[in-house]
Amino acid sequence: MNFSVEFRNEKIAKALLTEIKSIIKSKIRIMEVCGGHTMAIRRYGIHTLLPNEIELLSGPGCPVCVTDQQFIDMSIAYARLPDCILLIYGDMLRIPGTASSLDREKASGCDIRIIYSTIQALEIVRKNPSKRIIFAAIGFETTVPGTAIALKQAKIEGLDNFFVLCAHKTMPMAMETLIEEGIPIDGYIGPGHVSAIAGSKIFDPLATKYNIPVVISGFEPVDLLQSVCLLVQMFQEGRSGVEIQYKRLVTHQGNVKAQHLIEEVFEPDTQYWRGIGAIPGSGLKIRKGYEKFDVQKQLPIQVERGPEPKGCLCGQILKGIKRPTDCKLFGKTCTPTHPIGACMVSSEGSCQSFYTYQSPEDLRESIV
Amino acid sequence: MNRNEVILIGHGSGGRLTRELIDEIFVKKFDNPLLSGLHDASIIETDSEKIAFTTDSYVIDPIFFPGGNIGKLAISGTVNDLCVSGSIPKYISCGFIIEEGLPISDLENIVTSMASEAERAGVFIVAGDTKVVKRGQCDKIFINTSGIGIIPSDRLHISSGKTIQPGDKILVSGTLGDHAIAILAARENLTLDEEIQSDTAPLNKLTEAVLVHPSDLRFMRDITRGGLATILTEVCENKDFGIDVDEKNIPIRQSVKSICELYGFDPLYLANEGKMMLIVRQESENIILQRLKTEKHGVDATIIGEITISHPGKAILKSVIGGRRIIEMLSGEMLPRIC
Repeated sequence: MNFSVEFRNEKIAKALLTEIKSIIKSKIRIMEVCGGHTMAIRRYGIHTLLPNEIELLSGPGCPVCVTDQQFIDMSIAYARLPDCILLIYGDMLRIPGTASSLDREKASGCDIRIIYSTIQALEIVRKNPSKRIIFAAIGFETTVPGTAIALKQAKIEGLDNFFVLCAHKTMPMAMETLIEEGIPIDGYIGPGHVSAIAGSKIFDPLATKYNIPVVISGFEPVDLLQSVCLLVQMFQEGRSGVEIQYKRLVTHQGNVKAQHLIEEVFEPDTQYWRGIGAIPGSGLKIRKGYEKFDVQKQLPIQVERGPEPKGCLCGQILKGIKRPTDCKLFGKTCTPTHPIGACMVSSEGSCQSFYTYQSPEDLRESIV
Repeated sequence: MNRNEVILIGHGSGGRLTRELIDEIFVKKFDNPLLSGLHDASIIETDSEKIAFTTDSYVIDPIFFPGGNIGKLAISGTVNDLCVSGSIPKYISCGFIIEEGLPISDLENIVTSMASEAERAGVFIVAGDTKVVKRGQCDKIFINTSGIGIIPSDRLHISSGKTIQPGDKILVSGTLGDHAIAILAARENLTLDEEIQSDTAPLNKLTEAVLVHPSDLRFMRDITRGGLATILTEVCENKDFGIDVDEKNIPIRQSVKSICELYGFDPLYLANEGKMMLIVRQESENIILQRLKTEKHGVDATIIGEITISHPGKAILKSVIGGRRIIEMLSGEMLPRIC
C-alpha cells in the first residue's frame, strides 16, 4: 500500500465526511497539538469541509512556536561567542528574538548552521576540534532520541567540544494545563510522531483525569478525517480514553528502546512555554552523568527575559483561545516576510499555516 | 524594507523577500519601462527587429548533480528565459568567477556540457569573461549569463500575459519538483530506491511546438525558484481575474512526494529547471496538450486549471480531497520540518 496515495483518496475522504455529518448531533471543540496536523488541516482544506458543529482548535504543537523568546536570545548569545558554531533545526533561523534573530546573526558573520539530524551535528563536532559546537535542542518527544543518541555517542568518543542547549518539551502536561486553565476542549487529536516514540500510554492519565477522548492521528487527510470521525463518535457516546488511528506507526507502548535512551540522558524538568508560562514536568533537562555537555552549566550566560512583541497574540493563539485572524497584526505588519511573532515564522505555526494556506472562507469571527 | 537590515539567505529564494528586494532596490534605482515589467526577458524594439534580452547567475551547490551540472544549467536556464518569452534564442554570453583550487578537469567538464547544451538548443556562445578569486571568496564556480533572442511580432503578447482572460486553461509541461529534490538528495547524500534526476533541459523545442499559432498562447513562464505557486500568484495578483487549480492534476513523481513528506516541503514551491507553465485559449487546450506530449520534455504535460472571473486576484487550489485554499507566494526559503 502506498500511504500517500491511499490516505489521500478522495472517495474515502468524502465517505468519512458523510459519516461525520450523519452522526454529529452537537457542537464539539477538537484541539490538535501538533504543528504537522495544523499544517495538514490547512493545506488540504479539511476545515472547509467539516460541518459547522465541529470547531477545530490549534494548540501548542509547533515546537518552534512554543520555544520562548529568551531561548532565541540565549542561542544568539552563544552564537556570538568566539570560536563557536551554533547548530539549529531549520525554522529557528527566522524566529524573532528580543533584538535580533539567528538569520540576521548568520548574515552578520556568526557561524550558525542548519542541520537535519544530530548525526550531522557529530560530524561537525569531529571536523572542528578547536571550536565549541553548541546544538540548540528544541522539539517534543519525537526529536529527543536524536539528541540523546548524539550525547551518548559524544560521551563514548570523548567529544569535549560538543554542547547542548536544551529546550526539549513533552506534551501531556501542557495539554493538562490547557484544560486546567478552563479552555473548552471536548477532545484532542493526539500527536502522531510524539506517540510513535513515547507510546499512546502517555495520554492515558490525561484522558482518565479529565474524562476526555484522545485519538492519535496520522498526517494524511484521510488519517485526520478518520480521527475526527472517531472523536465525534466517542464524544457523542460520552466515552473517554485514548484510541490510536495511526496504527501503522503508533502502539500503546511506543518505542521502548528510544524511551530507555531518553531516560539514560534526560530527566523531567519544568519548561517555559511561550504563551503559557512555566509548566512543571513538561520538559527535559540533561542528567548528572552528561552534565559536561550541558552548555548552561559549562558556559553559563545571563540573558534577561525580554518583552514579547507589542500586540502579538501568539500566546493566546498557541492556547487555542484566539485565531491568527483575530490578531490585529496578522497579515498586515506581521507576515511570513516580516514576522513579528514565532507563530508566523515556523512552517508549522498557526499563523503561517493560516497565512500560507488561507481558505476563501477564512472570515470567521473570533471564537471568544 | 528597513535599510539598516542586512541581506539574508531568504532574499535569494525567489519568494516575497526576493520580490521586495527587487522592487525596493533594483527596480527603484534602475527605473525604466523596459525593466519594470519584470518579465523573464525584456523586449527591446529596434527599427528592424524585436529583441528579448535576459540575464541570470548560477551559484548552485553541488556543481555536479544527477541530471546535470552548473554549466548545463546555465545554458538551458538562459535559453528558457528567452524561449518562454516567445523569442527564438540566438546568442549567449558567459562570465565565470572561479575559486582558486577548482580542478581544471571540473571546469572542462562544465564547459563541455555548456557547449553540448548550446548546440542542442541551437544557440551560440559569443562573449565571455573569466575571473579567478582567492580560495573562500566564491564557492567553486559561479557563472553569469546574458542571452539574446529574436521575437517574431506575433508573439509580443506572451511575456506580459496581457491577453489572458477568463476561460483560458492552465497547463504545466511535466512533473514538478524533480530538480529541487535531486539537488537535496545530492547535498544530503540521500540514497533513494529511485534516483531522482534534475530536469535541467532547454525548452525551446517545446515552445516552438506550441507556438505554431501564437494567438493560441496567452502566456508562458518557466517554473524555477519559488515553484509553480509563485507564478500562479504573480500572474493574477492585482488583476481582474482569478485562477482555479486542481491539485490532483498537478503531476509530481511519487519519489518526489515521498521526500517532500519527509522534509515537510510543499512541491508547489520547489524549483524546476526544465518545466514551464502555459496559459492557452480554451479552444486550443487539447491541441496544445498533444503538441507538448509529442515532445521529449513534455510527455507528462497536463491541464491543471483555468482562469476564472471568480475571486479576482487570487489563485485557489482545490486539494486532493476537495478542500480549498488560496495559493500564496512563499516568503523566503522553505526550511525542513523538525518533527
